[in-house]
Amino acid sequence: MLAAVFGWYNYWVLSLLMLVGVYGMMAKRNLLKKLMGMNILQVGVILFWLTFSPKLGATIPVVDPSLGETIRAADYANPLPQALMLTAIVVSVATTGVALALLIRIHRRFGTLEEDEILQRMR
Amino acid sequence: MQTSAPVVVVAILFFAALLLPVVRRFSAAAVYPIALAAGAAAAAVSLWQASLVIRTGGPLVSWLGGWEPPWGIEFRVDHLGAIMSPLVTVVSLIVLVFARRNLGERLERRSHFFYSLYLLFTMGLVGFVQTGDLFNLYVFLEVIALTGYALVAAGEPRAPFAAFRYMILGTLAASFYLLGLAYLYGLTGSLNFVDVAARLAEHQDTRTAFVALAFLLVGFGIKAALFPLHAWLPDTYSYSPSVTVAFMAAVGTKIGAYGIFRVLYTVYEIGTHRQHLPVTEVMGILAAVAIVVGSILAIAQTDLNRMLAYSSVSQIGYVLLGFSLVNSAGITGGVLHVLNHAFMKSSLFMVTGAIVSRLGHGDLRRFGELGRQMPVAMATFTVAALSMVGLPPTAGFFSKWYLVVGAIQAGKWPYVVVILASSLLNAVYFFRVLESAYFTRRLDPTSAYEHVAAIRPLPLSVTAPLGVTAIAILLLGLGSWPLVEHVVRFIVPAGL
Amino acid sequence: METLLAYRPLWIVLVTPIAAALIVASDRRPNLRESWTILASVVQALLVASMLPAVLAGEDFELTLLPLASGFDLVLRVDPLGMTFALVASILWVVTSVYSIGYMRALDEKHQTGYYASFAVCIFATMGLAFSANPLTFLVFYEVLTIATYPLVAHKRTPEAVRAGRKYLAYTLSAGLAMLLAVGWIQTLIPAPSFRPGGFLDTSIAPPATLVVLFVLLMLGVGVKAGVMPLHAWLPTAMIAPTPVSALLHAVAVVKAGVFGVLRVTGFVFGADTMREIGVHLPLATIAAFTIVVSSVIALSQDNLKRRLAYSTVSQLSYIVLGAALLSAAGLTASVIHIANHAFMKITLFFVAGAVYAHLHVEKVSEMKGIGRAMPWTMGAFTVGAVGIAGIPPLPGFVSKWWLGIGALQAEGIVFLLVLVVSALLNVLYLFPIAWQAFFGKSERFTRYDEARLALAVPPVLTAAASIVLGIAPAIGPRFWDLAQRVTASVLGGGS
Repeated sequence: MLAAVFGWYNYWVLSLLMLVGVYGMMAKRNLLKKLMGMNILQVGVILFWLTFSPKLGATIPVVDPSLGETIRAADYANPLPQALMLTAIVVSVATTGVALALLIRIHRRFGTLEEDEILQRMR
Repeated sequence: MQTSAPVVVVAILFFAALLLPVVRRFSAAAVYPIALAAGAAAAAVSLWQASLVIRTGGPLVSWLGGWEPPWGIEFRVDHLGAIMSPLVTVVSLIVLVFARRNLGERLERRSHFFYSLYLLFTMGLVGFVQTGDLFNLYVFLEVIALTGYALVAAGEPRAPFAAFRYMILGTLAASFYLLGLAYLYGLTGSLNFVDVAARLAEHQDTRTAFVALAFLLVGFGIKAALFPLHAWLPDTYSYSPSVTVAFMAAVGTKIGAYGIFRVLYTVYEIGTHRQHLPVTEVMGILAAVAIVVGSILAIAQTDLNRMLAYSSVSQIGYVLLGFSLVNSAGITGGVLHVLNHAFMKSSLFMVTGAIVSRLGHGDLRRFGELGRQMPVAMATFTVAALSMVGLPPTAGFFSKWYLVVGAIQAGKWPYVVVILASSLLNAVYFFRVLESAYFTRRLDPTSAYEHVAAIRPLPLSVTAPLGVTAIAILLLGLGSWPLVEHVVRFIVPAGL
Repeated sequence: METLLAYRPLWIVLVTPIAAALIVASDRRPNLRESWTILASVVQALLVASMLPAVLAGEDFELTLLPLASGFDLVLRVDPLGMTFALVASILWVVTSVYSIGYMRALDEKHQTGYYASFAVCIFATMGLAFSANPLTFLVFYEVLTIATYPLVAHKRTPEAVRAGRKYLAYTLSAGLAMLLAVGWIQTLIPAPSFRPGGFLDTSIAPPATLVVLFVLLMLGVGVKAGVMPLHAWLPTAMIAPTPVSALLHAVAVVKAGVFGVLRVTGFVFGADTMREIGVHLPLATIAAFTIVVSSVIALSQDNLKRRLAYSTVSQLSYIVLGAALLSAAGLTASVIHIANHAFMKITLFFVAGAVYAHLHVEKVSEMKGIGRAMPWTMGAFTVGAVGIAGIPPLPGFVSKWWLGIGALQAEGIVFLLVLVVSALLNVLYLFPIAWQAFFGKSERFTRYDEARLALAVPPVLTAAASIVLGIAPAIGPRFWDLAQRVTASVLGGGS
């Protein structure tokens, strides 16, 4: 039981992080908080990917001659998730940028970022 | 067969998009022609590569940077890509012509940005349907999403809010997809469609595979606006600029449907392997509910834009219902409906845009005598509406036909009833519009009559795209069998 | 030349859509527009007639146009039954075109271009139906007919007319869906079904229960247009349409498409043996008999002339259904020949009703006392029609009824013979007094000779004369009698 909790602690933490994110996106009524939730979710997913990368006793994915002539995959951390998540981070930043631009437009028009008030004013 | 054509399509659109803001500095008049030329070139290349796929019978592949799959990113245009890629570029081109006189004054001043985003959006869609790499799919998904948000937000003052809500759900969808992909990657260690499918075979029945599938489907389900994940759609469609919605309604939700198809049939190879997963059952039920609920909500609308938006919710149900049947006729019907619905909906939304631009409102109860005022627009609307109801010889009839046959073959009688009943519901809300436009006189004789008298005839840049879509709807109907025989047949996984 | 002749069925079908296009193109020149209608109708009638000798000689024209779906091509085939229907419709279209011009101009109706164009499309669908060689082709034209008739029903644009249009659509679209389901189902049972004398469905293909369901679905599909109770309610409501429409469509094309469908389904899908085996013929005959009697009784109580005629149509159509359901040689022959006989007689009656309304604005039976003094020619034609419908020799109604009676005896259905006798009495009661009162009733209003204009008066006189000829010598002219015999021989005589 304890092993399930502590042996997999990264998954527990990340699950919690993603749930917090989804909760923020769905339940919060303030648009900025929704955006924060969105970012938290994205960070959760990105970290989740990154947990696939490291291996016990492996080094960074740069070929190291001191490890011997033959290159064994087990000696190096998997570089692919890191490379992919670099892209995902860029996407996340871009999304945040667009979101903030939208929020500025919304705030200019409605003078508030509370969803309920905006919905009321839209009628 | 190796070819660089798939890359060329994407590159044309990408560089043209980058070029437009630069061109603007030198000549504002050159912006639109360049955008149009890029759209036409992309359409031409994608049509050519589709013909190549049909002639050679095999997928076109191009390995980016010369890296062989599964290490490198692969563009892979198979028969499904051969339908989707021209669909995207051709509809994009048609709507681009329509855009010439329909951006509205405010957008016209910044048309270089609008067209730039529009081309990027198209590029994202083309890349999405051509890539053979699951992570690349995510990147294009986000390209589509980001440009899409901007294109939506360019609309009326309420649009940014609709765009923001769309963004929240869209990002949730993308995150779910990425999360599902993480499981899949952890399980197979690969990202290439074909490679993942091969490696997945031994892990088919693991719980991880199932969880990954669930996340992937929910992600694409949101993108496809599958009931009950459709909340973003009606507002987005109602407040966007008419140009955006004419394009987005045609291909936007199809992205989700395409993704679902890829996940189910290319990656998980449902039906080919013996596995039985309840996902298709659940998806079928949701799709059936979507068909009915979408139609009923559409009937409740009085604004043409919103009516069409809810109708989209219902129509995507047809597509996913077809995919959920896991048999040849069902998949054929679903794929055909992707194609048919794209033309019908872009046609309908373009007509709506034209009507709103002339009448100043989209209240379908006040369309009296519109049939005489805007004959081409309303004739197009009629053709598209008949197709939506599914009456022969329009395209809609044939997708309905395959869906019904598929449902009968699968023994899913409730679905048969749903498809047929929804035909009637579609008839209710589409004939209401036709009735209003053709068979009612203006009830309000004071202001309305003067307004009607002031209707200017539509320019050729509006009537031409409308005519093209109307003819396309008829041709897709009468030519549905050649399409099925030469293309769709190969999309259906072998053994189904 | 040879190939041109071989494509005659296609030309026959295509004459009308071409005419429709020309009609729309000459929107602003009424005389030119009407000449297209007349020209097209004459050309079509001649083309159809030119094929008669070959059909009687037992030649088979079959033309595969294009594939529609797997197992279904769009195939036109000219057989004796289709020929009968095509002949009736095309000959009467010529007369109706002349009559339409007189009627529409006399009443100064609006939207005439749409009217003539829709009319032409209706005839197009009718010809297509007549020559349909398989269920899917039939369904396609059946739905086209539904849609093309809708604008004609709602032609007057009054709220009442629009409501009638809705009712019409609700009935016929639902019927189309029932048929779609049945045809789709059939497609899953047999790979490439095509109408065959004697039927292509039997108990070796599907269990009897399935066949019964299929039969019911198909009957729902064709029964609505055939006005079989309780599916008839749209027909009297649709009498709101202009009289030429009622005349051609509700006495000839649309309702006859329904009974033609009944004959196709009973004779060419199921066949006598299968129907007996699954035991559906007696229920069908009972429903038909019920319809015959009840609608005749309802007709008695109608004061509006067109509504009375509408109920008379409902009753007369069920003669045809009854003849098909009896599964006997004489009954089937009577059915086929009654398609022609009833068409000529009923169109006469409708022409007169229209002439009386257009000329003197009389539409109620109670106002028609003494009208014969004003319009002796038209009322004379009416009398011929009335006598004919009642089945009094030497008019054609007698011929059909006589053989129908023999058919009932052959099938040992004494009850049905009784029904025929009762209904003959009722027919006399609801039609004959009108003729009697017209000539012998006393009236202040109609004192001097005041005949309708030529275009209104000549067509009914012509069709009345034609009816008399048909009654005395059914084997000359279009030779409906020989055609009917051939249909019977092929369907019941073991098939070809």
